[in-house]
Amino acid sequence: MERRLRVLMAKPGLDGHDRGVKVVARALRDAGMEVIYSGLHRTPEEVAQASLEEDVDVLGISLHSGAHLTLVPRIIGRLRELGRRDVLVVVGGIIPGEDGLKLKGAGVAEVFGPGSDLDVIVEFIRENAGRGRERDL
Amino acid sequence: MGTERKSGFYTVSGRPIKRLYGPADGVRDYAGQLNDPGVFPFTRGVHTTMYRGRLWTMRQFAGFGAAEDSNARYRYLLANGQTGLSVAFDMPTIMGYDSDHPRAEGEVGKVGVAVSSLKDMEILFEGIPLDQVSTSMTINAPAAILLAMYIAVAERQGVPPDKLNGTIQNDILKEYIAQKSYIFPPRPSLRIITDIFAYCSRHVPRWNTISISGYHIREAGSTAGQELAFTLADGMAYVQAGMEAGLRVDEFAPRLSFFFNAHNDLFEEVAKYRAARRLWARVMRDRFGARDPRSWTLRFHTQTAGCSLTAQQPEVNVVRTTVQALAAVLGGTQSLHTNSMDEALALPSEYAVRVALRTQQVLAEESGAANTADPLGGSYCVEALTDELEAEAEAYFARVEGLGGVLAAIEAGFFQQEIADAAYQYQRRVQSGTQGLVGVNIYQGDEPVTIPIHTVDEAAVERQLRRLAELRRTRDAGAVQRALAELRQAAAGTANLMPPILAAVKAYATLGEISGVFREVFGEYRERPLF
Amino acid sequence: MQLTALIAGLLCGDKLSLARAITMVENRETGAVTLLKSVYPHTGRARVIGVTGAPGVGKSTLVDGLAQAYTGTGASTGIVAVDPTSPFSGGAILGDRVRMRQDPSVFIRSLATRGQLGGLSRATADVVKLMDGSGRDPVIVETVGAGQSEVDVVKLAHTVVVVVAPGQGDEVQAAKAGIMEIADVFAVNKADREGADRTARELELMLDTAPVKPAWRPPVVMTVARDGTGLQELRAALDRHREFLTSSGELQRRARQLVRAELLSALTQELSARVLAASPALDELVGKVLARQLDPHTAVECLLARADQGKS
Repeated sequence: MERRLRVLMAKPGLDGHDRGVKVVARALRDAGMEVIYSGLHRTPEEVAQASLEEDVDVLGISLHSGAHLTLVPRIIGRLRELGRRDVLVVVGGIIPGEDGLKLKGAGVAEVFGPGSDLDVIVEFIRENAGRGRERDL
Repeated sequence: MGTERKSGFYTVSGRPIKRLYGPADGVRDYAGQLNDPGVFPFTRGVHTTMYRGRLWTMRQFAGFGAAEDSNARYRYLLANGQTGLSVAFDMPTIMGYDSDHPRAEGEVGKVGVAVSSLKDMEILFEGIPLDQVSTSMTINAPAAILLAMYIAVAERQGVPPDKLNGTIQNDILKEYIAQKSYIFPPRPSLRIITDIFAYCSRHVPRWNTISISGYHIREAGSTAGQELAFTLADGMAYVQAGMEAGLRVDEFAPRLSFFFNAHNDLFEEVAKYRAARRLWARVMRDRFGARDPRSWTLRFHTQTAGCSLTAQQPEVNVVRTTVQALAAVLGGTQSLHTNSMDEALALPSEYAVRVALRTQQVLAEESGAANTADPLGGSYCVEALTDELEAEAEAYFARVEGLGGVLAAIEAGFFQQEIADAAYQYQRRVQSGTQGLVGVNIYQGDEPVTIPIHTVDEAAVERQLRRLAELRRTRDAGAVQRALAELRQAAAGTANLMPPILAAVKAYATLGEISGVFREVFGEYRERPLF
Repeated sequence: MQLTALIAGLLCGDKLSLARAITMVENRETGAVTLLKSVYPHTGRARVIGVTGAPGVGKSTLVDGLAQAYTGTGASTGIVAVDPTSPFSGGAILGDRVRMRQDPSVFIRSLATRGQLGGLSRATADVVKLMDGSGRDPVIVETVGAGQSEVDVVKLAHTVVVVVAPGQGDEVQAAKAGIMEIADVFAVNKADREGADRTARELELMLDTAPVKPAWRPPVVMTVARDGTGLQELRAALDRHREFLTSSGELQRRARQLVRAELLSALTQELSARVLAASPALDELVGKVLARQLDPHTAVECLLARADQGKS
């Protein structure tokens, strides 16, 4: 059976800008990945639970509301509590440079700003997903 | 015959452009298709004198932090020559949550100003005479509440409601289609809107009760033709709703206004605005039977395209914004917001917002664009594009009609799918290089960004939370409960909601509490996403 | 995570274990069959409810509402939401959970069909078993909204809910397409819309005029999933169907059918895999059949013969 990369594309917080998240979701699907969409207005808890239930390899968080320094670390913290520290977390949206560094310090693998090349995003995910997964069966 | 640089030439919307337009593309029936500015069908402009009589309003959208921070920014802008205010609210306010709600965490004061109560509103307009300044509030689902607060603040200043000038965006249909800041389902949302139409036609007659928007539809990725068509379709749905609510069309139609995007392709954008005016005039007179000429005129505000700005080489955004602003002026806009160069990075700094304002001032005073009305009228290219856009819109109107109207089309996901497809096509064109983006896929540079970036002050959030806590402690809890109970009753019935909302805000019920009542009675909307 | 720990966790209801187990089974990873064998004795308790219907009728919202109705009774619900795999890329966008509320008592898993026709994926039946074994009851399976062709959900669910909505136009179409035969309960969703009563009447009429009258007449329940109207009635109808199944012996009969179908399917898959493993020259045979040097039946006989030889 084929193994497909599973990606959760999440929109936490109150921000409703979904053009980017939908365009990226489509690109990932066209690259052969299975993309679960969380929908809008999700809380960090909901995003973490969905990541758990869907056993995702990758979590893509899209934020345009400036709330990233609050919401992203909370999601990552919860993922760790739930036993999924191995999820590859990437963030997209409006993230000023120095905040991007802070997010990486908090466990985000990469930040993709507006106008990021879709092929670059796909490649990054392909190359980095599944690195942290422990499988000792 | 010469060879050409590319195999095809297209607008940013993907519309093919001919090598040359000529007399065959021109307009034969001047009186029927164009006519003078200020005369039906208003293709060339809504006023006879246009900018010779009065320049467009320079209205820079602003708001951040707590009320006192935005108040300072408004006074700065007014002192620098801005002629109207435009308020941006933060996400919790937009979504009907108070600053101390759990879902508001991390979002207070970030993309706009936090307003949870009348107290905040009073501070927001401190020292700003509401009988002299016109204010546009970019707020949709809770628009009635913010309007009520504005009226209450004005009253305290001694300004009666019939002297108030301004706009509330109040366009919920485009939320379901594009911006997604909806709270309640469509039908009760339309009821709130028609209540506002009715209330204002009687008590706040100078107020623009709605700003029917294409801006967000375009930002979500639509083409120019879709922006035009979907906006006007929404407009027709609102007129329909108003009439079904028992209003005569001329009672409220003169106060409907529009809000368009100004994107990169100069000629396509100018044609879009001209087609909009012509289409609307005919729809209002012939389809809805409006008799007041003010019901036929499409007045609009424009904002330059945020989605066209780049994080790379941000100073180049000043150039883009200038071209886009020029399109809006040549297209006859009534009011204009020019984006700041750092839009793709953060909220605008004072420096960037001043440059954006100066851009408008240069266009007004130095470029000559304001010296004559509709200067591109008669251009073979622009007239041809105007006709094309008009035809495109009419084709869309027919499809929407076929689906059973705007609400049915929204439920069927029609607009959303068109937009998602257009957004994806555009991205692919950029990826393949067919659409060049300076600094992004051509003429890239490696220089780090050196412009100053606005950072949000966490102390502002603290101040707002303290003020809100203080308010909750000191207000008359009994009065608030009574006001909310009356509101709940009105919401469950058919009475106009504005009076009980006014009573509630004056009793210092919070925005979240009032929205909470509506959430209970009307429910919350969940979308079916399309990709 | 060690396999034994995974199994133990799953049987205790641990979400992480269940999530990992589902992935293992979906991808047929090493240990998957052991896992399924260990879990099987603990299955058979859950009510399995299938929800099907055309795109846009509101299946996901209805499933969400139904889960809420069950949560109200103290149940721990499992939801499997299936969406189609793109035939071009092999990827998929799984968007059903957007319409669903998240709750500690509900476990939602989205699956892609991965090329399987019939509204489900090959792994769905196994995923249902894992949820069952981990204590989820009911397990609700939402199929791809094909609405027309034969749906596999009947081979998997005890009760099948067919969702229709007014104005979808094709109620009569649905009858012709065989949806009528698989429905145990009809839900007329978006019942606040114009035409809902007519849709309900059309369904009742089709049931009245059906050539064969089964022992169970599917009730028609009016729902507005968006605001919860009718969800309690729907849950009650499902409970009544469950009672009917047990009291009439139909449950046993269906369960037998499901097991039979599953054994045959697993057997076919296993046999094919073994035969093909023994025959690396499949491409060569394909070439010969294409060139009319062999006919397909003889080719199959060749494959079987080779597999037999391989054994002896």
